[in-house]
Order: sequence, then C-alpha cells, then structure tokens
Amino acid sequence: MTTQLERRYKAKNKNNIGKVIQKQSKKIVPPLIAIALFLLIWQILCSSPDSNLPSPIKTFQDTWDPLIIDPFFDNGGTDKGLALQILASLGRVAIGFSLAAIVGIAVGIVVGSNNFIYNAVDPIFQVLRTVPPLAWLPISLAALRDANPSAIFVIFITSIWPIIINTTVGVQQIPQDYRNVAKVLRLRGAKYFFKILFPASVPYIFTGLRIGIGLSWLAIVAAEMLVGGVGIGFFIWDAWNSSSLSEIILALVYVGIVGLLLDRLVAFIASKVVPE
Amino acid sequence: MQTLNSTSLKTDQLINRDPFLVIEDVSKIYPTPNGPYIVLDGINLTVHEGEFVCLIGHSGCGKSTLLDMVSGFRQPTEGEVRLQTKRITEPGPERMVVFQNYSLLPWMSAFENVYVGLDSVWPDKSKAEKTAIAREHLALVGLTEAANKKPKELSGGMKQRVSIARALALRPQVLILDEPFGALDPITREELQEELLKIWQAHQVTVLMITHDIDEALFLGDRLVMMTNGPAATIGEIMNIPFARPRDRTRIMEDPAYYDLRNYALDFLYRRCGHVDE
Repeated sequence: MTTQLERRYKAKNKNNIGKVIQKQSKKIVPPLIAIALFLLIWQILCSSPDSNLPSPIKTFQDTWDPLIIDPFFDNGGTDKGLALQILASLGRVAIGFSLAAIVGIAVGIVVGSNNFIYNAVDPIFQVLRTVPPLAWLPISLAALRDANPSAIFVIFITSIWPIIINTTVGVQQIPQDYRNVAKVLRLRGAKYFFKILFPASVPYIFTGLRIGIGLSWLAIVAAEMLVGGVGIGFFIWDAWNSSSLSEIILALVYVGIVGLLLDRLVAFIASKVVPE
Repeated sequence: MQTLNSTSLKTDQLINRDPFLVIEDVSKIYPTPNGPYIVLDGINLTVHEGEFVCLIGHSGCGKSTLLDMVSGFRQPTEGEVRLQTKRITEPGPERMVVFQNYSLLPWMSAFENVYVGLDSVWPDKSKAEKTAIAREHLALVGLTEAANKKPKELSGGMKQRVSIARALALRPQVLILDEPFGALDPITREELQEELLKIWQAHQVTVLMITHDIDEALFLGDRLVMMTNGPAATIGEIMNIPFARPRDRTRIMEDPAYYDLRNYALDFLYRRCGHVDE
C-alpha cells in the first residue's frame, strides 16, 4: 500500500519536474533562437573579406587564445586577463557606489523629511543630475590630482543623484496613516527611523540603488578610457589603439553581462530586504 | 444647539460623576480663498469616565474632525478639549485611536504591531513584560494563533482586532474609534461589536466611536451624539440609550423602546438633518 502510494507520489513528482522544465524552456528557447539569428545575420553581413568589422566566427577565433580561455593571465602592466580587468573596474564601482549609497540615502532622508531643505536643494539636484558623468572628470582630476580616485569620484557623483532623489520621494510618500500611528505611539528619533521611516521608504531606496548601479557601470567604462590603468574601460581603449576589434567586441559582451549581473544582484538584495 | 431630552437629564443626575473628557465651545475653521470655512461650530460635550459615546451624522459633518481634536491630530480654532483638566495639544498613547483602515504597519507581524507601541511608550519595562502584555492583548482579541502573521495574511476583521489589541495594550484612558467596523462584512461586524463591548466592560475604558450604523450605536453606546449637517455642524441632539448591561442583542431588539429610539434617530438623520439636494 505504502509502496504504491510512494510510487504514485514519485511519478507525480517526476511529472512536476517535467512541467518545470517545460515551463522554463519557454523562457530559454526563444532567446536562444533570437541570439542564433542575430549571430547569423552578423555573420552574413561581415563575412566579406573587405568588411570593416569582424564576423562572430572571426571574433571568436581572434580572442580564443588567450583572452577567452585564460581570463586570469597577468603579464604585468595593463596586459592582464579580462577577468582581472573587470575585477579592477568592479573594485572602483564598489567603492564609488558604496559611498554614493551611504551618502545618498542619508542625504535623501534628510531632504525628504524637511520641506524647507527639499525646496532649497531640489532645484540644484535636478540640474546636477543631468550633468553627464564624464563632464565631472576634469573637475575631479583637478581636485584629486590622481587618476584612480578621480574615476571613483565619477562613479560616486553619477550614481548618487538617483539614490538621493528616490530616497527623498520614498520618505515623502510615507502614508499619513503610518505617520499618525507614529504620533499616537510617540515613536520618535531612532525608533521612528527604524520602525517606520526606513521600512516604508526602502522600496524607493532600492529603486534608486538599482538605477545608480546601472549608471555607475555605464560611467566606469567611459571614465577608465580616459584615466587609463587596469580596467575594462582602458582595455577597450587599448584594443582600439592596437586596432584589435575582436577584443573590443568580446569586451563589450563581458561588460554587458557584468552590467546585467550587477542589476540582478541589487534586485536580488532588494527582494530579500524590501518588505512585501 | 444642544437639547437634552428628559431621560438623559435624569441619568446625568444619576451618574453624577466628575467630568472626564470635556469638549468646550470647540469650533474648527479653515481659511480658504473664498473666506473662512466653518467645519464645526460651538461643540460642547462632556464625557464621563468609563462611558461609551457614539457619534453619528452625515458624511462631511465634521465627526472625524471632532475626534481628531480629541486624539490631538488637529487643534480647535476656538475652544479647547480637556482630558482630566489637562488640555489636549498633541496625540498621545493615553488617547489611542483605532483607525477605519486599520493602519497596521505591513512590515511587522501582528505581535510586532502591538509590541512596537509598548516598546515606545514604556521603554523602562523589561522585554519579557512587554512581550507578555502584547501576547495577553492578542489573546484578548482571539489572535494568539495569528500572532506571527503579517497584516496582508490577515482578514479585515483580524486586522481590526490587531488594531484594537495595539490600542488596548497601552491601557489608554480614552479609546477613539473612527468607524472601526465600516469596512467589515455584517457577521464579522457583529462579532467584533460584541467583543468590543466585553473588552470595554473589562477594561473600564472610555470610548468615543464614530459610526454610520444606528443599530451599532444602540447596541454599544451609553449615549448617541447626533450631529447636524455641515458646514458649521454642531451637536443636534444627544440621545440616552437606557438598555441595561451586559447587553444582549436579541433582547434589546425585542424591547419596544429600541424602535422608538431607532426611529427617533432615523427621523433626526433623514428628516430633520436630511441631505438637501441642490
């Protein structure tokens, strides 16, 4: 009897797994087809010998050894594997973005809690946030006198505006109901902050962080092209100077994938932290 | 204008207690571009300790504004509200509010929603003591098993129970309810009315409650305050509800006086203060 039940249960389970695979395949198969088609069109367009850009097959052949098979080689100087280049860039983003998150959330909370400050600084923020990231580079180079801190500053200043602005909105939209509860219960200071203000505005804060991490990854590549050193941005610039277009294309693919992963990482943290 | 009918005069003499909550000559006026807008005009009401007072009136007559001045969310333009001779100037835990939309914090469990108030109001009490109080009050409203559920996992009636537990756990002197059961289905509403009565009797708390339901008011209240229409609303009449306690819903409804009172209130609301269609 029990074995029969067990068997039926197992059969049912197997069926479930099958269903899951079926469902997932609906999400996996179409993108694979799209990528294949894209590569095919690219291959056709760039297969003539006098084409300006390499075809996908040529890109692959050019970069297989050593770039694809050994992402961690280190020949000294800036001649390093792509993983090391990307890690260097990620390091800068980590510092700049963390600083922007800390300062941005703090400033956003202050600005959102006080109408006078909001009215005073919001116009300034609205102007500054439209400044393109690279426009900050000369100023930061002049102020910091060093390439690496300047690149980090560019990340910081690029990603801080969406964090400030979203945090401000998050604090301002806290429903009157919650404010009333806080008033009756005399929740003030740190308790108000941790029990009401922060949980109520955290979805908005994470929206800001997600936009911010995307912008900082956009900015780091551009900034590194100009300041040099180890990093994926300078790698692309260097490849351009030695006209190895295949390397550039490979680097672009990596940059895109890393950007996607960063976005998903913040979204994942948000799904764990944000109260439903 | 305030007129007292003969029964209420008699009971007032019978009660003969010190005034507990006093609303004195309270008016609320909002300035608008078209001149001042008078919401409430010359409200006088004295509530005794342990009394259950219901307020009824058409939408927009300023009932909520009046209760907001008792809870301290708003200040009267003229006059004052006093609790035990102390003027009310801000919200506080001695006048707990049960909101119509529950106003639970969605990121906290039912238990935490009750606990957060205790923790804020009585920081000196030990954690064990505060936990015990929170559990006790959740049990009081029959939510021991749902203590760890988040508000979104609770039904409307359960949410309002949490809200009542949160309010009562702080041992308020006055419990202010703004249409607490308005959003609930009729069966849940009746259950909660009965529970509220039991709790009120056990806690000896003074209750001010807005309602739209005459039957609810007659079942729960000691007095029914009927408000005239706004703008410049005031207390039209105060009806005494003489049914003996503890009350039994079916027995009250068999009492001939019930229908006299009910018709009287209906007459006030729909004939004397009926909405004039413009």
